[in-house]
Amino acid sequence: MLSLYVPGDSVVHRVRAGLKLAVLAALGVGLFLGDSPVLMTGALLLTLVVGVAVAHLPWLALAVQVRPVWLWLALLFGFHLLATDLRTGTVAVLRLLALLVAAAVVTATTRVTAMVAVIEWLASPLRMVGVRPDRIGLVLAMTLRFIPLVADKAARIREAQAARGGSRVRLGMAVPLLIEVLRMATTVGEALDARGADDVPVRRGGRRARLAA
Amino acid sequence: MRWGRRAAGGADDAVATGAGIELRGVRHAFGERVVLDGVTLTLTEHRVGVIGGNGSGKSTLARLLNGLVVPTSGTVRVDGLDTRTQVRAVRRRVGFVFQDPDAQIVHPTVAEDLAFGPHNQGLDDAEVAHRVEEMLDRYGLAGHRDHPAHLLSGGQKQLLAIAGVLAMRPQRIVFDEPTTLLDLANTRRVARVIDELEQDVVVVTHHLDLLDGFDRVLVVEDGQVVADGAPAETVPWYVARMG
Repeated sequence: MLSLYVPGDSVVHRVRAGLKLAVLAALGVGLFLGDSPVLMTGALLLTLVVGVAVAHLPWLALAVQVRPVWLWLALLFGFHLLATDLRTGTVAVLRLLALLVAAAVVTATTRVTAMVAVIEWLASPLRMVGVRPDRIGLVLAMTLRFIPLVADKAARIREAQAARGGSRVRLGMAVPLLIEVLRMATTVGEALDARGADDVPVRRGGRRARLAA
Repeated sequence: MRWGRRAAGGADDAVATGAGIELRGVRHAFGERVVLDGVTLTLTEHRVGVIGGNGSGKSTLARLLNGLVVPTSGTVRVDGLDTRTQVRAVRRRVGFVFQDPDAQIVHPTVAEDLAFGPHNQGLDDAEVAHRVEEMLDRYGLAGHRDHPAHLLSGGQKQLLAIAGVLAMRPQRIVFDEPTTLLDLANTRRVARVIDELEQDVVVVTHHLDLLDGFDRVLVVEDGQVVADGAPAETVPWYVARMG
């Protein structure tokens, strides 16, 4: 999700994030209600057509998101061959593939901010108990922003330890990484203050969603 | 040029209120450690530089100017607004660019991060979008609109950090060592950006070249302003002092 968005101006890109997520959820429920191989194949082909022909996504953008689970799909298929039958295994794999491709299409056509805005909207009832949904959204966005940064810092610490003949034990990097992250957190806190995070208007989420849509 | 350790008071006391940044008898300590002591200044110039050794107190001085740090004693006023009691108004007037842009960029993609400050100011969608596009074009980031911020080069990240502050249209900008992490080409690029700004700027730096054409340079040492004047006088004085 950190860098999986593929900029574009297709119909799929322009559809609101909330609607895309709702369709994705409905597709998930629908696929688990059915058990026909034809239905599953149709769903998979449909999601591919939407992704490649309508949203103009490159095959690679979809393949990148499916690749990490190939092994699990193969294992699942093998398990069904042993425990149930070919048809059940085929349906299970096609169902998951269709869902994966659909999720990949949503991810590749929706900006992170738009996703976060949906979560803010979903969290809006929590205002009644004093929770600020915009804060939840900001935390989520910042989490996505800082994951690669913390990974970079971890890599630098590993390199520094290796350069000084450090062992391969990963636990040795926990303390310096924690110190680095805490140091960075102090500056990030100052940056949030300097950029007016305290001034966030209550209805900020909706406006951000429109900018990002 | 004035040099030597200056006590609270002095020539700057002549300006009590009005436009500019005023520090009166400012002392700041982190626990037992005093980092600034007896600083009294009035900054009205377009471009002011702050130089000094590591740990001299210059970054704390910079943070005082937009209320990121509140003085232990004394007052800091921006256009008459007290940073202790009117900090939000002060921060709308004074933007702050940090040394490490990675700590300043808080959203995953370039355009989203540019929109963060204007959104916080409560601007409407159209105005936020306008400012985002303006900054993307002005700093050559239009081609990176939807790129993840962590994939930008160091120079591009610093430009994004500066653009993020400028999108809020502050009247003054404080830069805390904006070129320390940059190579020569990007240092010159950021210097040009600062040079072209209409806003009044205060730049804390170790890169003395950055101060060419500045109106005033302060030298900070052991928590006090030990020299204050035109760069042609203060910079050579500082270089000689550093040996």
